[in-house]
Amino acid sequence: MKDIFITGLGNVSPQRTFDNSQFLDEVISVSTNQLKCLDPNYKEFIPADMIRRMSRIIKFGVAAGKICLSDAGCEMPDAIITGTGLGCIEDTEKFLSNMISGKEEFLTPTSFIQSTHNTVSAQIALLLKCHNYNFTFVHRGLSFESALLNSILHIDSGQANTVLLGAMDELTRNTFLIQQRLGLIRQKPVDNLQLLNDELRGSIAGEGSAFFLLSSDPGKKNYGKIAGLDLFYNPTPAVINSRLSKFLADKGKSLDDIDLVICGMNGDMKNDKIYRELLEEMLPKTPAAVFKHLCGEYFTASAFGLWLAAKIIRQQHMPEVVSLKPSPTGKFRNILFYNHSRNIEHAFILVTQS
Amino acid sequence: MAQRIYITGTGLISALGNNTEENLTALLEERSGIGQITLLNTIHKGKFPIAEVRLSNEELLDRLGLPKKTNLTRTAMLGMIAAREALDSAGIRDMKNVRTGLISATTVGGMDRSELFYEKFLTDNKKGRLRDVVNHDCGDSTERIADYTGIHEFITTISTACSSSLNSIAFGAELIRAGLVDRVLAGGTDSVTKFTLNGFNTLMILDKNNCRPFDETRAGLTLGEGAAYVVLESEQQVKKENKPVLCELTGYGNANDAYHQTASSPEGIGAFMAMQKALQMSGLKPGGIDYINVHGTGTSNNDLSEGIAIERLFGDDVPAFSSTKSYTGHTLGAAGAVETVISILSMRNHVIFPNLNFSTPMKELKIVPVTMLRQDAEIRNVLTNSFGFGGNNSTLILSMVDSLQ
Repeated sequence: MKDIFITGLGNVSPQRTFDNSQFLDEVISVSTNQLKCLDPNYKEFIPADMIRRMSRIIKFGVAAGKICLSDAGCEMPDAIITGTGLGCIEDTEKFLSNMISGKEEFLTPTSFIQSTHNTVSAQIALLLKCHNYNFTFVHRGLSFESALLNSILHIDSGQANTVLLGAMDELTRNTFLIQQRLGLIRQKPVDNLQLLNDELRGSIAGEGSAFFLLSSDPGKKNYGKIAGLDLFYNPTPAVINSRLSKFLADKGKSLDDIDLVICGMNGDMKNDKIYRELLEEMLPKTPAAVFKHLCGEYFTASAFGLWLAAKIIRQQHMPEVVSLKPSPTGKFRNILFYNHSRNIEHAFILVTQS
Repeated sequence: MAQRIYITGTGLISALGNNTEENLTALLEERSGIGQITLLNTIHKGKFPIAEVRLSNEELLDRLGLPKKTNLTRTAMLGMIAAREALDSAGIRDMKNVRTGLISATTVGGMDRSELFYEKFLTDNKKGRLRDVVNHDCGDSTERIADYTGIHEFITTISTACSSSLNSIAFGAELIRAGLVDRVLAGGTDSVTKFTLNGFNTLMILDKNNCRPFDETRAGLTLGEGAAYVVLESEQQVKKENKPVLCELTGYGNANDAYHQTASSPEGIGAFMAMQKALQMSGLKPGGIDYINVHGTGTSNNDLSEGIAIERLFGDDVPAFSSTKSYTGHTLGAAGAVETVISILSMRNHVIFPNLNFSTPMKELKIVPVTMLRQDAEIRNVLTNSFGFGGNNSTLILSMVDSLQ
């Protein structure tokens, strides 16, 4: 596989991550069980007349994309590839709501038009006048990873030198309530920063958009390399362990080479048991970090996780607030990222210093 | 040199029929599947024609051999039926020894059920049956198909509006070429919903009569539903099993129009680029294409834009073309795959299916579609287009195979 460098980052999340010069210097805590995005000044990235019609996911998705391009010093990527689990759910709900309450009359098209899941990808292409390859994956907890895989294949096959890769999901009141009813989100209020300190069912809901500029060129600066990716479906615990061993072996790495494992623990004890078991069995001494207490749980939260890995690689520093098991050496050459969604969709990503 | 990719099986369920053979019969008999709305409880009943699959949800369950009490969405069930047929036609029963991927596409997802949920939920947040909303997202139908067919090696879902399932097929080929899988089941599925019916109506692009693609008097699209899958196999895999092939996937291309969220650019920039990319990959010159199955939705905007792009690309030598949406309706996310299977039928049966409902040539174009069933047509290379909202333009090229080298 060709070297795939991360040369730009853009992250709009419930933390102050849209500002690339900071790195979780101050963190936000809430007890509402939902983490909503901290908005940048959208007018900096999107023309005012376009902002007016955009739903939140489109705004923060496009903004994250533009922040990323600017960070990478890239004006025109060779491809734009995105992932989203629920797509433009606010516009979908809006159109549904109007359709139902108006009994199918007096409907306006805007929210229907913007409800198609590739809207963020399309709006970025529109703003850049980018005619290049443009794909959107919508597959639950592997939406982002599918887009990442496609980005890797594109660069590796020589079809692109640069890919603007991103993911986004938004939280609406309806989605929040439905997830609570499904038992995915806690009923009882919890401070997000204390999320992993108890043994309960349910997580907290989140949202956000993280973008990466992937390039075959290391550029003037980069946030490391994507050295490997493995996506898998509905595994048993034994399969998770064996897949990890094979994944690392294929990349010429051993478990001992891993300086940090970032995992998607989300405060739901059944969900987190899977991570704890893997760590205990395969990486008992390895420093570990978590991130969903900062961004919440959503189908594309793994993109926030990869952002974290990229920042740590570049800054060679792990913020205290994400530390599950601290690093004695402070060296971060190989970071293993592991996330699963409802124990159905699983993925490993290996990020290495370049 | 990239591996060659062959198509070894097809599955198709649409308003024309419940499997590939039934669809072929209807196509040859020039029998459109467009009819009246029966599945939706809507005020638009009787106002707009629609192309529904002629099976109720209970009948779909029956065909799948599954119990009546189910969370399955119509989208998932249509997909499962077409997926099973494609695998059967490719002679595939066992997933164990061959790395098999599933790339599916949908735009509607489980909306056929979730819109029923929201009707209750939006008036009272404690109401609505959760089993009607858990399968709302696009990934659900793909995972149901994966479980039903036993494909677990690699699974994902693409959703790029009306170009979705052409993109599935192209991405499937990429996965095989990258050596991640040996074969892929690729395609898409979408069912009719009040959401999409009303959505297209608010855009005023729904024809009150059966759609008339590429006609001067065209007045919009006719909504349809269906599912279609093709089995893509690597050259290596085909040779290993000494398997007969239907045709070769020789080219594909995706480009973005970057003009407007829904409307296509007047010159059809994205369409032109997608077709050009596909041709480039295939190594064919425009003159090498014998038939184009156009996107041809029957909307004022698409047909003009697509027609202009075709004229620009092919010059004075535009091949025979037709839109089969006047047969199947616009099956949205499934359209790319539905029309790929129809293109394969066209090639292998030496027939060009007519562009039904056509009477008046468009004044802006020099070209007119094929309007009469043309048998004994020599079709070695077919090009098919699918263009979606968000300027997502995709093209596929399929070619007959004389013999495997």
